[in-house]
Amino acid sequence: MEPKKKHNTVELYFMEARAKLIDIAAFMDRVERDGYTEDFRYKAFKGALKALDSENRAQNVLMSFSDPTDELIPAATTKAACGAWPDKPQQ
Amino acid sequence: MRYIEPHAHMVSRTTDDYVAMVTAGCKAVCEPAFWAGFDRSSANGFYDYFCQLTDFEPKRSAKFGLPHYCWLCINPKEAEDIKLADEVIALIPEFLKNDTVLGIGEIGLNKNSRNEMNVLEKHVNLAAENNQLILVHTPHLEDKRKGTKLIVDVIKSDSRIDPGRVLIDHVEEHTAKYVMDAGFWGGLTLYPESKCTSARAIDILENFGSERLWMNSACDWGVSVPLSVPYAAQEMRRRGYGDDTIDRIFYRNPVEFLSQCPNFKLK
Repeated sequence: MEPKKKHNTVELYFMEARAKLIDIAAFMDRVERDGYTEDFRYKAFKGALKALDSENRAQNVLMSFSDPTDELIPAATTKAACGAWPDKPQQ
Repeated sequence: MRYIEPHAHMVSRTTDDYVAMVTAGCKAVCEPAFWAGFDRSSANGFYDYFCQLTDFEPKRSAKFGLPHYCWLCINPKEAEDIKLADEVIALIPEFLKNDTVLGIGEIGLNKNSRNEMNVLEKHVNLAAENNQLILVHTPHLEDKRKGTKLIVDVIKSDSRIDPGRVLIDHVEEHTAKYVMDAGFWGGLTLYPESKCTSARAIDILENFGSERLWMNSACDWGVSVPLSVPYAAQEMRRRGYGDDTIDRIFYRNPVEFLSQCPNFKLK
């Protein structure tokens, strides 16, 4: 699927992406300033940033946050997802 | 423009949302059964909910000129109680006789547990025995990759189910290919925080093909936007897409899938 008229992607999305990037930078400053760097979600977040150096960045960021196992768990102990796999080995 | 909202939990929305959707060009809304945000205490709670989905909500929607259809199931978030799930599944065949029911959904997995899989398999069997379409919910966030794979594999292994009659919802960049390659339809859900933004959903269409994909708002009682589907159409226009492509993605694609159910009729 391709558009009839191809627009400049940077022109379309740069300002939005720039704002999101600054928000990420501010989030990291805030977490580090407040001393929550050992939270597994923040560690997963920092790990996911490495996927930005790959080709399929969105897919690889999502995979970085994902449970990599394939087996059913015995029972659900919560209904909610937290956005990062808690059992990922900490680096 | 004209569009179908193929996944919206309207029982949680206001009449203002119906007005806004119809004004934006919505021609039909489809409502899967879902988790209320709290666990229902008995099968009677589901009986009342199924009455709401098949009777009250279509009447409420009709006041705004919007055809309302529904899907029936017990959501995987309530699947840990197998006895309750069995009681609820036993209620469903009677409701399938209603002429606004599209099929079984949204079934699936939430935390990828054994009980959830047990209940998923019972729902799939119910659909097969009653020749029903299936709408599948895939897990959230860190559980999505694993859950999507488990769901695709178990449904694919049931020879009674035609993958072209199953839509696997909430696909993202890391799950879309697995779903599409297995022959299923895929749903892109537009949420402000989790799931997809409009821009990412369009990227997925460009990368994985637009033949068997639809977009939905999945608006419910949480943070969600009932007009996210027409907003995504606007994003496609901004990216240079023409009216015919937009009509195919937002109207003809969902109509093609949903028309496999004889109950789905548009005037």
